Amino acid sequence: MNALSIQNLKKTYSNGFTALKGINLEVESGDFFALLGPNGAGKSTAIGIISSLVNKTSGSVSIFGYDLKKDNAKAKNCIGLVPQEINFNQFETVKNIVLNQAGYYGIPRKQAIKNTEKCLKQMSLWDKRDTVSRRLSGGMKRRVMIARALVHSPRLLILDEPTAGVDIEIRRSMWEMMEQVNKEGTTIILTTHYLEEAESLCKNIAIINNGVIVENSGMAELLTRVNKDHFILDLANPISAIPDIAGYEFDLPDSKVLNVTVSKGKGLNSLFQQLSEKNITVLSLKNKSNRLEQLFLNLVNE
Amino acid sequence: MNNSIAFRTIIYKEIHRFIRIWPQTLLPPAISTALYFLIFGKLIGDRIGSINGASYMDYIVPGIILMSVISHSYANVVSSFYSSKFQHNIEELLVAPVSNWIILAGYVGGGIARGLLVGIVVTGISMLFADITVNHLGVTIAVYFLTATLFALAGFINAVFADSFDDISIIPNFVLTPLSYLGGVFYSVSMLPDLWQTISLANPILYMVNAFRYGLIGVSDIKIEIAFAITGGFILFLTALSLFLLHKGVGIKN
Repeated sequence: MNALSIQNLKKTYSNGFTALKGINLEVESGDFFALLGPNGAGKSTAIGIISSLVNKTSGSVSIFGYDLKKDNAKAKNCIGLVPQEINFNQFETVKNIVLNQAGYYGIPRKQAIKNTEKCLKQMSLWDKRDTVSRRLSGGMKRRVMIARALVHSPRLLILDEPTAGVDIEIRRSMWEMMEQVNKEGTTIILTTHYLEEAESLCKNIAIINNGVIVENSGMAELLTRVNKDHFILDLANPISAIPDIAGYEFDLPDSKVLNVTVSKGKGLNSLFQQLSEKNITVLSLKNKSNRLEQLFLNLVNE
Repeated sequence: MNNSIAFRTIIYKEIHRFIRIWPQTLLPPAISTALYFLIFGKLIGDRIGSINGASYMDYIVPGIILMSVISHSYANVVSSFYSSKFQHNIEELLVAPVSNWIILAGYVGGGIARGLLVGIVVTGISMLFADITVNHLGVTIAVYFLTATLFALAGFINAVFADSFDDISIIPNFVLTPLSYLGGVFYSVSMLPDLWQTISLANPILYMVNAFRYGLIGVSDIKIEIAFAITGGFILFLTALSLFLLHKGVGIKN
């Protein structure tokens, strides 16, 4: 069964701007799905419509088979939303924010208290349960929103740029949490501007640009389309000129840094061998850019 | 989906909110009404004498209590719902499977609760200045609930359309307060010239104040049945309008 099914979804705002031009999208149950796109592409509008925060112009959305219009309550019951912006009452305590959300989903008080404790512990926020939320750090506020979204055990968790603006340590802990939630059976739709995040976490991907889906495939399949890799080589000794090695493209931004572009299938063994023959010692190697990033830029600039 | 749990959650949240900020919500009406009773009731009232057979102090007590109920039931909903819009935490309700009528009932219930609490505080203050005897308990309670409901609904609609904090103070300052003062709180409409008596009849607050006064001291300028019909009519109209606005997502959905 599909966790999400979108048919010909259109949205035109009252100022005449068309954010979605009839998109179709299917997300399978259990998937970890990336919905990517540049700013203003229509991602947040699509998520807004799925989570009932934005009125659609036309089209249909169903969540686990429940039509969002006809079976609104059942469809909503399946969704947990972590929005892009902080949207809880900043004067409320952490515990009450999560507890109230459980109440809105009709969870009886005793069960709601248990769920709240579980979610806050899962997000490492139990010690902060009585803290007024405005006193929390940015990362903690993000985790409160995730705990709130999980309190009713949704089957579909939508995360709209959940790691935006948080430090790398918190981001990594959030990745672990998302992977764990997904392993436990929750379907996840993730939007992010950190493409390495999407590449490492997601199984399937859709890229939206100017209100249309320009790509929708498996992550692995998409990445096979990368035909060039870019590497940065740190050299042990300075060199004055780009080495003359056929089959590779070079750039020398610094006397001890060599950028190299390698065509797919070419491999690096031959490169290292020839560099070695020219007495150029490579100390370390790293990817210049994320593979998905290259594809993303190609797709949205087409 | 258990709607009663969602309803109780909203009500609890609303009551918790105005109790938490009691110096802003419960203390001011206690002070302002004490001043009303002292200045209008004691100092000036003794020189006015009686109106419709009641002492001036007794005459103004019902109006002042109801004026507090009106302003605070309105203020509670307009400030709470607008704050939820402003902070975007209204989205917590919109994403959840909560019916529109439950959202409306929860916020209006919060307004009624604050109106009730303020009404009790003001009644307590008024007992320091006047001997209050309830003539018609049923009428008194019914008018209180209907008035609080009506103005909580009005506050909700104001909040739906508000785009800034200025917008939530315009109606209370420039519409509600003048209508309350001109609604026969401090005088009987029979004391006005004919033209102003006729104009006053267009003020819905006049009917509620008089019905409440009838409930407490048994004196009214207008027929109680008309007061109930007008209040009930307004409640039905505002409820339908509120539900329509929620259904369309006016002011809360893009």
